[in-house]
Amino acid sequence: MRSGSHRLIRSLDRGSAVFLAAMVAIMVGVPLLNLLVPPTSPFHISTYLVALFGKYACYALLALSIDLIWGYCGILSLGHGAFFALGGYAMGMYLMRQIGTRGVYANPILPDFMVFLNWRELPIAWYGFQHFAYAALMVVLVPGVLAFVFGWFAFRSRVTGVYLSIITQALTYALMLGFFRNNFGFGGNNGLTDFKDILGFNVEAETTRAALFSISCLAVIFGFLACRAIVASKLGKVLIAIRDAEARTRFLGYRVESYKLFVFTLSACMAGIAGALYVPQVGIINPSEFAPGNSIEAVIWVAVGGRGTLAGAVIGAVLVNYAKTFFTSGFLAPYWLYMLGGLFILVTLLLPRGVVGSLHHWSALRRDRTSAAAEDGVTEPAPAE
Amino acid sequence: MKIQERLERKENEAREAFERTLLFIEGVTVSFDGFRALNNLSLSVAPGEMRAIIGPNGAGKSTMMDVVTGKTRPDTGSVIFDQRHDLARLDETEIALLGIGRKFQKPTVFDSHTVFDNIELALKADRRARATLFWKETAREDARVEQILKIVRLSAMRDRLAGNLSHGQKQWLEIGMLLAQDPKLLLVDEPVAGMTDVETQQTAELLKEINSEHTVIVVEHDMAFVRELGVKVTCLHEGSVLADGSIDEVSTNERVVEVYLGR
Repeated sequence: MRSGSHRLIRSLDRGSAVFLAAMVAIMVGVPLLNLLVPPTSPFHISTYLVALFGKYACYALLALSIDLIWGYCGILSLGHGAFFALGGYAMGMYLMRQIGTRGVYANPILPDFMVFLNWRELPIAWYGFQHFAYAALMVVLVPGVLAFVFGWFAFRSRVTGVYLSIITQALTYALMLGFFRNNFGFGGNNGLTDFKDILGFNVEAETTRAALFSISCLAVIFGFLACRAIVASKLGKVLIAIRDAEARTRFLGYRVESYKLFVFTLSACMAGIAGALYVPQVGIINPSEFAPGNSIEAVIWVAVGGRGTLAGAVIGAVLVNYAKTFFTSGFLAPYWLYMLGGLFILVTLLLPRGVVGSLHHWSALRRDRTSAAAEDGVTEPAPAE
Repeated sequence: MKIQERLERKENEAREAFERTLLFIEGVTVSFDGFRALNNLSLSVAPGEMRAIIGPNGAGKSTMMDVVTGKTRPDTGSVIFDQRHDLARLDETEIALLGIGRKFQKPTVFDSHTVFDNIELALKADRRARATLFWKETAREDARVEQILKIVRLSAMRDRLAGNLSHGQKQWLEIGMLLAQDPKLLLVDEPVAGMTDVETQQTAELLKEINSEHTVIVVEHDMAFVRELGVKVTCLHEGSVLADGSIDEVSTNERVVEVYLGR
């Protein structure tokens, strides 16, 4: 493994470049093939597929946010779905207030479910959501503040490992129970739906869907670049150090909880953005998005793609979700959860580095073998054992 | 009057003794579930000194290190560093930033970082998250890392992952990380455990070299190694000091022979 990691960094960089080029091509190409190529052409991409892959792009951004904290800092959050859903709700509230008089009850201020519940006034929590900019701010702020407060207590009390994972599950479960209640003020178990338009564009329109798809891809690209910049900085090295040997990092004088808090909060903001892009594309947000199972599934995407690889998280999210779409629409549908569980076990046993992580590992091994063969004639100084 | 004078002189002596210390442990007791890991332990280390701590298993050597580095809070007693700082009130990070470095019993390095990065992370620098996010490596820091790698004899390994080093090399890497911190006091827990004779010899040389600029406390079982160091020895037993003095004095002390070295 002489100069192994340097080579790894270089190969990662090349990998990143390929990944980014592919993302840009998809971001531009898919909408063009959808809008400009006639449906009769074999190159046409249906609106159904655009919407589907737009959804996957949002999942990919969520996976990136999990990879940043789990893959690089060893924080296994099993409640990231909560931040995703909160971002989604913030966007959903904006979309609800855009409906206006086009709702069933035609109330210019109150969304339908409030009229149905005989509410007279808009709850304070809904103020300001008629403005897109305010909603966009809340998309980042609400998950960010929650993550900051939660992380401040958890990391300060040095809750780590499975204990942290369990309380993140409890967090998302508690939020789910809250959002299920009608008097919580966010639509109860029906959630928010029946959206009409976003920034004046019809959410159902093909062009809007294509634009949302491209924006989601762009968000993945920016998310990837941000994560890449972080993990390549010295801060990223400290994160890996915390993952490898937390006590050692502390004894070196690093305030471990500050680092964890920073990266956890940032990750929650990314998850919130992913949720906000998801909601207009699927047309609904309801409390089941907080279900603990969703968060666990997102962790599986990262494990399958390869944690600590960033690009792997994106690929894992798309692969697993494509498989889910494929298998839940046929006669295999009842067995999907068994397959997902089996997939997780198989990946853990056979590909513990995930798809992308294993590719990196194999290519590094192969290069080492060839370079070792090349060096064979030269006598290498024996390492002092 | 005479008594008054004598008392004053005694007080002055005590103050002078205190002022000559870098680390001053007084009356420290630590209990775990009723078991007294440290029992009214008092110990002081002068600046520039190298001190070897020996003692049987369970004598409280590692607990003492835990107390000094902030991992464990003492039930009673005080730990004063540099005559100013009460270590019993601070946490690991604060203590590390005051200038106390620690090498663990089991070598603990960052396995998925290169040897170079391990040292670089330990290098004295702004430890705050914001500073590390925008940090750029300078030629001076690079040179300092190279210099430390040379001291700990790991220059040839600089680009290897630390996880791939041998046990002895990991021990040295960890000592190198301590050096990079440039602490006033180094606590070194069993540096030669699992090392070959040659490595043990080299480690003794290395520690002596380090001692020329830093105060060092070494916990070690290997009596040959302690003899090689040739420094003042303190023997702990059941959480307090049993004997101290030169290696010859301590190793011939009847109580030490009885509880530790064996007849």
